[in-house]
Amino acid sequence: MKLSDTLQFASGSLRGSPTRTVLMMLAMSIGVAAVVILTALGEGARRYVVDQFASLGTNLVIVLPGRTETAGIGPGLMSGQTPRDITLEDAQALLRSRAVKRIAPLTVGSATISRGALNREVVVAGTSADMLGIRHMSMAIGRFLPAGDLNDASSVCVLGSAIKRELFGNEQAVGQWIRLGDRRLRVIGVLASQGESMGMRTDDLVFVPVATAHQLFNTSNLFRVLIEAKNRDAIDAAVREAEEIMVQRHSGERDVTVITQDAVLQTFDRILTALTMAVGGIAAISLAVAGVLIMNVMLIAVAQRIREIGLLKALGAPGRQIRHLFFAEAALLSGIGSLAGLVLGYAGSAIIAYIYPALPVSPPWWAVLAATGTALGTGVLFSVWPARRAAKLDPVAALAGK
Amino acid sequence: MIELKNVSRIFQVGDQQVPALRDVNLRLDAGEYLSIMGPSGSGKSTMLNLLGLLDRPTGGTYLLDGSDVTGLDDEQQARARREKIGFVFQSFHLVPRLTAAQNVELPMVLAGIPVEERRERVRQLLDSYGLSARADHRPEQLSGGQRQRVAIARATVMNPSVLLADEPTGNLDRTTGWEVIKLLEQLIERGITLVIVTHDAEIGARARRQIHMLDGRILSDQPSGA
Repeated sequence: MKLSDTLQFASGSLRGSPTRTVLMMLAMSIGVAAVVILTALGEGARRYVVDQFASLGTNLVIVLPGRTETAGIGPGLMSGQTPRDITLEDAQALLRSRAVKRIAPLTVGSATISRGALNREVVVAGTSADMLGIRHMSMAIGRFLPAGDLNDASSVCVLGSAIKRELFGNEQAVGQWIRLGDRRLRVIGVLASQGESMGMRTDDLVFVPVATAHQLFNTSNLFRVLIEAKNRDAIDAAVREAEEIMVQRHSGERDVTVITQDAVLQTFDRILTALTMAVGGIAAISLAVAGVLIMNVMLIAVAQRIREIGLLKALGAPGRQIRHLFFAEAALLSGIGSLAGLVLGYAGSAIIAYIYPALPVSPPWWAVLAATGTALGTGVLFSVWPARRAAKLDPVAALAGK
Repeated sequence: MIELKNVSRIFQVGDQQVPALRDVNLRLDAGEYLSIMGPSGSGKSTMLNLLGLLDRPTGGTYLLDGSDVTGLDDEQQARARREKIGFVFQSFHLVPRLTAAQNVELPMVLAGIPVEERRERVRQLLDSYGLSARADHRPEQLSGGQRQRVAIARATVMNPSVLLADEPTGNLDRTTGWEVIKLLEQLIERGITLVIVTHDAEIGARARRQIHMLDGRILSDQPSGA
């Protein structure tokens, strides 16, 4: 018997009992759709978190003052020392490490920004030219802080998009002067709107050269030093060397904390991937249930079509062919069912993506493959027994409907 | 050519052994017209099933066209059924969801014959049985006589050497029954061996050779009119 004939015959018997066929396909497709949608949600959550971290910068290592210890009382307190501040020179010294690609110091304070009669309180970030690249920010217009000597307190600033809108509306901002605290600064650029990343909105920030910020706030401390390692493999070396350099510069005292966002990111990544797989696995149980359903219905089909099976045998179909016919039926059922399920699942994911645009909902390829595979697999697997049963029927008894 | 040698068939019912055929010997030449008659339970259906390779004897040997088919496996048996044997049943056994043409085509589909050849043979056969106009009708849209003619077309589409008919007129009225019998008898002229199992003495008497069975034995084996 030809494959095309087998499929045609099987699809004919499926069409012969449409209600049953549609119900079975529905069960199958709901199972597949559940796997697709649930893993899409899980994957969406994972990618949301990963994207949030990535928007902070890639291969990012952060140096912050003070040492976080798990002990209740830090070593600084025990020895009567307070942690030393990180200075601009410390930050620049970090460039000695060969694992470090570039750095950006960051000092933060708040000041009143005003233009004419308009004024508001803003968070001021004192940093350097490399911050733009390290934090993956982009400019709407103009340019970012000038590269060059970090000690150069030039009177320029770069506005976040929200600040620009509030102070200038639709007017041209680049080239205009604003007042920040007690200084007059020229606007040299406006950042493109970046949205929120890890709770910090760059849209509401004003960036000034780090030296200018130090003068504004009358300090010489750095809040953070952001380091971009050369590549992913260099992250560990960057952490180690950054610590060594800081210890060296702070006369042997380990009073800074160096963290990598990679470690945090990987943890989140692992947790959320595990979660997605768990949820997908639970959904896959519904596929197994659909498989049992297929078996049940197939057994009923064998009983109902017992005369037909007897006839096929009398017409010269060996047991093998009867088995193939039932396999083909199960494969068609689960194949079409899972196809419908995929359509349903993708449609569902699209709807969720439409309702929650922030969540990058899309079913992962492995889940789509696994769902389809499980559906086809269970469909055919659970039809083995009914198919064998049909194939083994005694033709005489089957013809008599017994 | 068919030859049964000391064939017996014993059914196991619970812990009892019920013999349906006891030491039957039968020789049928190609083109013979045989009727098997006898009361219910006499073993005539069992005989037909054995001849049709739907059942296996518990003892004895069955030679079909010179080769021993007693010990064939499922695959070989199915092949022999497909190529050498045609069945006509009392209740027609047409597949209800298939059209008349598709029902006739079914044995060729199982045999894996190419589509073009199938179509051509079905067309010819339906034509010669006067069923051309009914080709696309489903069994439920056909009369009893038409159904049985479709079933005969299906049984002969593979050009079998033996045609086994089990009460072929049992579900038909007298007139249509006779038409069906005449159609079957025409097949003998083409060299087919026809075996009819029947209750109807009148139909049975038409066969050139008649067998009467009782309790699993052949009671008498005689040519017609003897």
